[in-house]
Amino acid sequence: MRLQSTGDGVSADQTPRRTADNARTGIMRQVLLKPTVGPLIVLLLFCAVFSLATHTFLAAGNLSLVVQQSVIVGTLAIGQTMIILTAGVDLANGGIAVLGTIVAGRLVAEQQNPALFSLLFALILCTGFGMVAGLLVSRLTLPPFIVTLGLLGIITAITRLVAHGGAFPVTDDLLAWPGNAFAVGDASITYGMVIMFGLYLLVWYLLTQTAWGRHIYAIGNNREAARLVGIPVQSRLLSVYTFAGLLYGIGSWLALGRIPNADPNALQNANLDSITAVVIGGTSLFGGRGSLWGTLIGTLIVAVLRNGLTLTGIDPLWQDLVTGILVISAVALDQVSKRKQR
Amino acid sequence: MRIATETPVMFYDAAACGAGARDKLPTSQRTTSERGSWRSYRRIAIALLATVSAATLFVGASTVANAAGDEILIGLVTKTEVNPYFVKLRQAAAAEAEKQGAKLIARFGKFDGDNEGQVAAVEDLISAGVKGILITPNNSTGMLGVIKKARDKGILVIALDTATDPADAVDATLATDNFEAGLLQGQYARKALDDKTPKLAMLDGTPGGSVDVQRHDGFLKGFGLKEGDPAIVGKQITHGAQDQGQTAMENLLTAHPDINVVYTVNEPAAEGAYAAIKARGKLNDIVLTSIDGGRLGVQYVNAGKIAATVMQFPKIMATRGVDYVVDYAKTGKKPSGFINTGASLITDKPFSDLPSKDTKWGLENCWG
Repeated sequence: MRLQSTGDGVSADQTPRRTADNARTGIMRQVLLKPTVGPLIVLLLFCAVFSLATHTFLAAGNLSLVVQQSVIVGTLAIGQTMIILTAGVDLANGGIAVLGTIVAGRLVAEQQNPALFSLLFALILCTGFGMVAGLLVSRLTLPPFIVTLGLLGIITAITRLVAHGGAFPVTDDLLAWPGNAFAVGDASITYGMVIMFGLYLLVWYLLTQTAWGRHIYAIGNNREAARLVGIPVQSRLLSVYTFAGLLYGIGSWLALGRIPNADPNALQNANLDSITAVVIGGTSLFGGRGSLWGTLIGTLIVAVLRNGLTLTGIDPLWQDLVTGILVISAVALDQVSKRKQR
Repeated sequence: MRIATETPVMFYDAAACGAGARDKLPTSQRTTSERGSWRSYRRIAIALLATVSAATLFVGASTVANAAGDEILIGLVTKTEVNPYFVKLRQAAAAEAEKQGAKLIARFGKFDGDNEGQVAAVEDLISAGVKGILITPNNSTGMLGVIKKARDKGILVIALDTATDPADAVDATLATDNFEAGLLQGQYARKALDDKTPKLAMLDGTPGGSVDVQRHDGFLKGFGLKEGDPAIVGKQITHGAQDQGQTAMENLLTAHPDINVVYTVNEPAAEGAYAAIKARGKLNDIVLTSIDGGRLGVQYVNAGKIAATVMQFPKIMATRGVDYVVDYAKTGKKPSGFINTGASLITDKPFSDLPSKDTKWGLENCWG
């Protein structure tokens, strides 16, 4: 017997009333229940308020600047979204990206290696660290929080070892390419922004239109049920963490493009910033629910807030305050709607 | 085999049936608890939206009310928010801006070494339409790109307290000549030691920091020693922190109990060193010197904990910086090069051939 979800769980003679009722309440609720609508409303609200407060906010140059400033955390947040969808969390994403910048920078600057080789080496290294985390989480079923926390410490130590000293400039053309921009009217679009949007489209497609994506959501929703149903949980988890590692490697390239300086002190808070973006964007920390576009909106909300506060000259403490309130409200809403669905 | 392919679909639908299907039932057929929690969900959502809107509108409205049309906007980006040195710098700049009828927008890095936060802050300030930006860069090479962007837009960029690398990346640098400060410290230490054979311990700051290197080299020049001289019995790193200064001094005293003169990179490190020296009961045998000139530091000199300190003038850096920007906005004149904001030796035991000021003057003119 197929428990098909056409909504017709009851007998046919009630169909006319059901349709009318659905027409009256269904669309509104369906729209509001989509996890991205809330964050989108908040983003538009902030944009509206700041455009009213100062004439400098709504300039095309400023709006493109805000997106530029979101590129690095936005890319790291893609990997974070995938991992959180599997009911995990990744505290090492910033650390992996920084190691990538230092390694690529060192290879190019000091040892005169060709830039492409250095970049690929850094990408493979970051993917490798992602794979290590994935193996520990999937094969040994260690909690992702602890695994990535420990990995962060190890990576930080390795980064300091490789950097041996402070930050250094990285002036290679290929490594700095994502920072190059072309003008569209008054707006300045960097290639890094294009890459970020491309990655969002790619991962959105993978998450929503492929079986792999369905498996990810299922694993996050109920790992044991997913296993019983025949989903290869271990290999899916490994693939998620490894793919996330690759995304962090690309993030390190984008970081070098934005600021051509390899700095072991960089991206220290990127792990928490990416988690904030994911949570504000409506993805459930408990896994199984959420949309990748929500993460993009969450990243933009944080960036718009910081930019707007500087343009209006308001004390930056408001940024921390409002961000904290948004995070708590997002989690609260998620909890209530989960309870409703049970 | 068929079971394996059909079961997943069934299972997904079962899960969906549990969640989504019940949604599609008309309201009258849903249980009371489901209707209740949808209502509470909606209520919470509306309440939160209302709160956030109210908060943001309030904040926005208060800004619009305060904003004047044509005032000069000045940006200040310090290394961090909490270091008292930068707090004083910011307050002095804000006071001067108000005096000049300009508006100061102050931002800062999240931690000492946070380059990205400062880069983002400068970008936002450029968007805001500031006429000049004053920065104390966390990373001397990390801000070059964004500084160039600002200068290309005709914004005056002045480095305060810490130079960029290269130094001419900015229009001008307003800072203490840290070499000169170290020199004064070294000269005093040499005189205070009289004709005893020097056994020097050096408590340095952060490796590679330009300020740290300059003070260290200046001290040696003023003292009259070359790097590697056997009179330098020990060197330790403190990162300018009190706890590390104390540990470093303890270790050095254990290794070389005959130390009689100590160089410290700043006053927090000196405070730590003082605690270690006092614990060993060697207060009368060691000449302890420092640099900074904060209120606490001058009080230490007054209390005899430190023999002498060299005062910096961050307030002058801040006020002069604001004045330069206002001047530039009104007349287009730009300052250039390195502008020394001065260093002054503060001690209560002066030597006639070494100009210095006493702690009374120090307390009146210190920052903090």
